[in-house]
Amino acid sequence: MTPRRILLALIACTATTAAAIGGAWAAGAVEGPVARQALNWSAIVMFFVFVLATLGITWRAAMQTRSAADFYAAGGGITGWQNGLAIAGDYMSAASFLGISGLVFATGFDGLIYSIGFLVGWPIVLFLIAERLRNLGKFTFSDVASFRLGETPVRILSATGTLAVVAFYLIAQMVGAGKLIQILFGMEYLYAVVIVGALMIIYVAFGGMKATTWVQIIKACLLLAGASFMAFAVLWQFGFSPEAMFAAAVATHPRGDSIMAPGNLVADPVSAISLGLALMFGTAGLPHILMRFFTVADAKAARKSVFYATGLIAYFYILTFIIGFGAITFLMNDPSYFTVSANGSYNKISGLLGGTNMAAVHLANAVGGSLFLGFISAVAFATILAVVAGLTLAGATAVSHDLYASVIARGKASEQKEVRLSKLSAIVIGIVAIILGYVFENQNVAFMVGLAFAVAASCNFPVLLMSVFWKGTTTRGALIGGFLGLASAVAMVVLSKAVWVQTLGFAKEIFPYDNPALFSMTIAFAGIWLFSKLDASQRARQDQAAFEAQYVRSETGLGAAAAHLH
Amino acid sequence: MTQGDYARVLQHPRFRELTRERSKFATALSIAILAIYLGFILLVAFAKGLLAVKIGDGVTSLGIVLGIGVILAAWLLTGIYVRRANGRFDALTSDLVREIER
Repeated sequence: MTPRRILLALIACTATTAAAIGGAWAAGAVEGPVARQALNWSAIVMFFVFVLATLGITWRAAMQTRSAADFYAAGGGITGWQNGLAIAGDYMSAASFLGISGLVFATGFDGLIYSIGFLVGWPIVLFLIAERLRNLGKFTFSDVASFRLGETPVRILSATGTLAVVAFYLIAQMVGAGKLIQILFGMEYLYAVVIVGALMIIYVAFGGMKATTWVQIIKACLLLAGASFMAFAVLWQFGFSPEAMFAAAVATHPRGDSIMAPGNLVADPVSAISLGLALMFGTAGLPHILMRFFTVADAKAARKSVFYATGLIAYFYILTFIIGFGAITFLMNDPSYFTVSANGSYNKISGLLGGTNMAAVHLANAVGGSLFLGFISAVAFATILAVVAGLTLAGATAVSHDLYASVIARGKASEQKEVRLSKLSAIVIGIVAIILGYVFENQNVAFMVGLAFAVAASCNFPVLLMSVFWKGTTTRGALIGGFLGLASAVAMVVLSKAVWVQTLGFAKEIFPYDNPALFSMTIAFAGIWLFSKLDASQRARQDQAAFEAQYVRSETGLGAAAAHLH
Repeated sequence: MTQGDYARVLQHPRFRELTRERSKFATALSIAILAIYLGFILLVAFAKGLLAVKIGDGVTSLGIVLGIGVILAAWLLTGIYVRRANGRFDALTSDLVREIER
């Protein structure tokens, strides 16, 4: 079968499954509350429009995707502005949209602390990483880390780091997706997870980076438009005076004036700084984000794309803050959004239907009616799809480009074979993600995103930074330091309260802080430095001698300019 | 490019000017964003009372103003870097490339 036929068959399968699920949902709705029926249908219809549009794009991208550069890097033909939107799309997950606005709804100010942490990594990406990555690499950050270091060991290390980040992030996204779609669409958890998995396989396996990028761009525009409308509607109500909005929120919220100041989210300074470091430097080590810098033509476009992305993400977080406060003022006095007990009382925070993460969704209904609620639900679904597609592509690339082409075939594999393996990996990763999503359904996976950032900050980022900036870095140093960072980050998370006590059921945690990054990053950097210093091998001399050529290229782009344009 | 070419670039005054200026600039901006962010986190951890102080007679607190300020500062710093890099650093780089290829 040709790829086009397979694509057709898969689209047909998805459409049939979705229709069947629509039917199943309709059957279930007969017993359910009638009021919710109309809302869910508008969401499903709008989501279908999104899916059809993105499948159309995937189709076109599949026709144009021939070489490895097309598949992994969209042929280097994405502009700075498009890439900025796509990066923002990759980064603005449903978790950050619903989670942060829900956190603001519940705690006020504390929600802002999280969004700031997620944002401040971007300047670091720009100042230290973006241009150099574009100048040195081809498709993955492993290309950069192994530029002068021993190819086989460093690729194995960075592919392991990539796959670990992708796996943890994917589990969190899949479980979140299943739960969310269950609430928004009235769909079975397993069906939701299967649809997400099937669609992400189609996007990635057929459309590669080009389709994935356009899915991100469309989703980013929809999400920003929807969130802008909500924030605008909220501010309009208060004559565009934030002070009036805050005053109304303080008057409404059960915690009163304390929502305007830091609460208990940040328990102790060590945890706070550790989380801060994980968010800040983890961003600079996320493989699906780093991959985006290879889709633009040159260093100039790479840095422009970070500027646009940072602006869009900053704007988005300010919107979520307004949306959270809007939800306080619009929802808390309206019992119809809450689980009300027999005597008519309700908890204004935890009693919110579907939990506090649904604050933005209920606000959509409050400001825009059921049609807009459907739109926001569809956007939330689209958001999850886009993020998991980006992750899947990063994981598939690590398998085919880093592990297969460079380590196993030692550069002797043909481009076609490599791309074919990448598509196959995307399918396998998609299936594994569906299975993991199913297995972890009833587990608390909130710590997984933190773990993904901790691993990115403690393995990927130190190896990348040290290989580019410190002449003394050797293959052995990078390898040992990187693996120490990875292992210590995972071990400390397992021994922390979130896993050791809340998931595994032990009485007392062994690692006392919520986030390991402060310690695991130190271990990684110290490890790379120490084991490089101690390394007196032939290979080490070779690694260090090759630094100058790498330095010239990373600083100027000389020798790289047209590396994968064609 | 050959090994000799790289050595020539490394010795080139334009290259030295470019890397010295850029690394100084990037380091300064990185320290700035780290200081702004860690400063904010330390205030959250140690000076909750200070962040709760009201602005004027309203309910808006200093913490909210500073928090939004950190978000805007992060974007502003990327803007400052991109402006300098697209102007000065790119000009230096293209001068260098032209002279090397001559």
